[in-house]
Amino acid sequence: MSAVIDSHGHVAGHHDHDHHHAPEGWRRWVFATNHKDIGTLYLLFAFTMLIFGGVLALLIRAELFQPGLQLVNPELFNQLTTMHGLIMVFGAIMPAFVGFANWMIPLQIGAPDMAFARMNNFSFWLMIPAAVMLGGSFFMPGGAPAAGWTLYAPLTMQMGPSMDAAIFALHILGASSIMGSINIVVTILNMRAPGMTLMKMPMFVWTWLITAYLLIAVMPVLAGAITMTLTDRHFGTTFFNPAGGGDPIMYQHIFWFFGHPEVYIMILPAFGIVSQVVPAFARKKLFGYASMVYATASIAILSFIVWAHHMYTTGMPVTGQLFFMYATMLISVPTGVKVFNWIATMWKGSMTFETPMLFAVGFIFVFTMGGFTGLILSMAPIDMQLQDGYYVVAHFHYVLVAGSLFAMFSGIYYWLPKWTGVMYAEGRGKLHFWWTLISFNVTFFPMHFLGLAGMPRRYADYPMQFADFNALASVGAFAFGLAQVYFFVMVILPCMRGQGEAAPQRPWEGAEGLEWEVASPAPFHTFEVPPKLNEDATKVIA
Amino acid sequence: MMNSTTKTIASGLLWAGAWVATAAHAVNDLPGGPAVRQLNMHPPATKIAAEQHSLHWMMMVICMLIFVAVFGVMFYSIWKHRKSVGHKPASFHESVKVEIAWTVVPLIIVVIMAIPATRTVVAQKDTSNADITIKATGYQWRWGYDYLKGEGDGISFISSLDNEQRVLSNTGAKGVTLDNYLLKVDNPLVVPVNKKIRIITTSSDVIHAFAVPSFGIKQDAIPGFVRDTWFKAEITGDFYGQCQELCGKEHAYMPIHVKVLSEADYSAWVKTQQTKKSAEAQPAQQVAQANTAK
Repeated sequence: MSAVIDSHGHVAGHHDHDHHHAPEGWRRWVFATNHKDIGTLYLLFAFTMLIFGGVLALLIRAELFQPGLQLVNPELFNQLTTMHGLIMVFGAIMPAFVGFANWMIPLQIGAPDMAFARMNNFSFWLMIPAAVMLGGSFFMPGGAPAAGWTLYAPLTMQMGPSMDAAIFALHILGASSIMGSINIVVTILNMRAPGMTLMKMPMFVWTWLITAYLLIAVMPVLAGAITMTLTDRHFGTTFFNPAGGGDPIMYQHIFWFFGHPEVYIMILPAFGIVSQVVPAFARKKLFGYASMVYATASIAILSFIVWAHHMYTTGMPVTGQLFFMYATMLISVPTGVKVFNWIATMWKGSMTFETPMLFAVGFIFVFTMGGFTGLILSMAPIDMQLQDGYYVVAHFHYVLVAGSLFAMFSGIYYWLPKWTGVMYAEGRGKLHFWWTLISFNVTFFPMHFLGLAGMPRRYADYPMQFADFNALASVGAFAFGLAQVYFFVMVILPCMRGQGEAAPQRPWEGAEGLEWEVASPAPFHTFEVPPKLNEDATKVIA
Repeated sequence: MMNSTTKTIASGLLWAGAWVATAAHAVNDLPGGPAVRQLNMHPPATKIAAEQHSLHWMMMVICMLIFVAVFGVMFYSIWKHRKSVGHKPASFHESVKVEIAWTVVPLIIVVIMAIPATRTVVAQKDTSNADITIKATGYQWRWGYDYLKGEGDGISFISSLDNEQRVLSNTGAKGVTLDNYLLKVDNPLVVPVNKKIRIITTSSDVIHAFAVPSFGIKQDAIPGFVRDTWFKAEITGDFYGQCQELCGKEHAYMPIHVKVLSEADYSAWVKTQQTKKSAEAQPAQQVAQANTAK
């Protein structure tokens, strides 16, 4: 029964539907096959990794608070930046969205569970050894990998044994992601309730369907790149070693062929969440549903042909630079369409601003700034100034933190009543929002200036002229980190403990969709019999 | 209670911010390098850098206009279309015309942006007809410069970070007020003004990147491969850059210092370098001759 820690108070009236007794205690979680339990596990795992990656980030910011080395040596500094990136991307953001998918996709399409329940369990539990291995690499001889999260060759050749551990961990995480994606695709394509046609699916389901295809397409590419790194390191191959006829730049091509779609893997589900939340609180249907679907699909397709905009400074030929510049600029068109659609949804609505809506509007506002800096970076000539500098760091934190993370917060506040059966404290949610929004901008806005002024990224120490903005960013970072601890302790924990007002079945006046057709908290089993849906597949009529 | 905690946190932040601002290190702008609290790119010293500047301004202006227009509409809507002011929701949820319009208009804007950018891309890749060709080799963690062609060919030296500054960094750089902290090298790269300098980059170990913001250049130095870029400095002076591709633990400690001299000064510099070199070579030659004489 949902995400409530205390599992004794099973929802009355649903006992009779439980053909087998729901497992209790540790068995419930280790042998979990219920999509809601697995979703909860994913979300808790992702939050743990968010805190781990966040602590690494704060160590980085503490070191950069002032010029000179105070806390860590440059080697450890590189380990921190590398691990921060790997953990946030593969440990926090991706699993968190899979957690949302597990919880919400069956509920939103009227399915009883995910298609492959045991594989679902396996793809979650695979992540634990991978995370332990990744985190444990700090204690291996030579410390954690320090080649940046992009793991560029030939620097990876100089890493200690922890590099192999990280490669193995990434392989496992990749396998877990692929299994999760296959599960999601099969669930969406085969298990929709009668009447839930593809073009009636909620946007969150659509964005995840497209994301899952992206994952299936590119995770093997990453696996290939890091396997080649592994064999270069140990088995005498020379894929990336020029001495044997290899090419270090080929690694970058392969990595970014994975890496750029990966960027959209981390943002498309966020688009989906925001597309659910904005209509709910504007009390108005999503504007341009069809064009949203097409825009998502075009972004996904375009994401495969823009990878080398990460590599303008490798010395690509003119034609290469121009092609990747044009293709990248083109992506801003469907992304713009999405922003316009959200605003058109808000237009002439009847809006209220509970925490989910605040985070959704915050997302639109701040994510768009990240979109603009992305457009600026896409221009190859300007990128000559900004590549591998703090402007890039600012840009991708604007799209990944203010983008993905804000959307996740929005989704958590939106669906938490459904997950736990308890309303979060609205005042605390609002405080969390403003605290997060302000400290986020204090942290990352000054980085634009640092980047324009030429401060390179991944630097343990920097010229004195950069000191003030760095100090400001560090102060902001600690405030931001603290806000997330507050969020967990003051918002999530009380809800999980069942403290607070009981949530009604549909806590949001304007919310539409099948997830609001089941009780709060969502019973352990839902839609065991395919529901009969109304015309636009948003309500159960029998 | 909650409000008072927020207030405490807020005042703490303010206090910290104020302290940081007043405790700002007494450091001055470094001409050709970073300025204190610099907000924009370095003042350009080449045509390409100037073009990058104006492109960036063009992008900033367009983005700001779009930003104001789009979020003007959004915040107007947030202000007017609230439930608390009694606004009733409308029921429209699509309009093919509007949707086509806001697909086509951004497309046109993007094309307008792409045209001047294309010109600069082509210009900055044109490394032909250089007056002087210099090879910059990345080593962990220093730069090697070899003058290959043009006035000064044959000159070659290694350029590394001033060791005292490296030690300062380790000791926490407390109270340091050096304007060129982490940017001072033993042997700067010397080039003449108003000459097209082609830089060939390569590396002996991992990937580095040769970058000088004032010139608008950044080129990865890739082991086993040669790539090139070029600049034509229009003013004399000192210009600074830093390695811009993660290259291991001393990544932050391999700066680039380019000294742009007038043509006459450059010729004089070349002369002293060449006499120095032949002076160094002579004893070696004598030894060699002595050996063969045996």
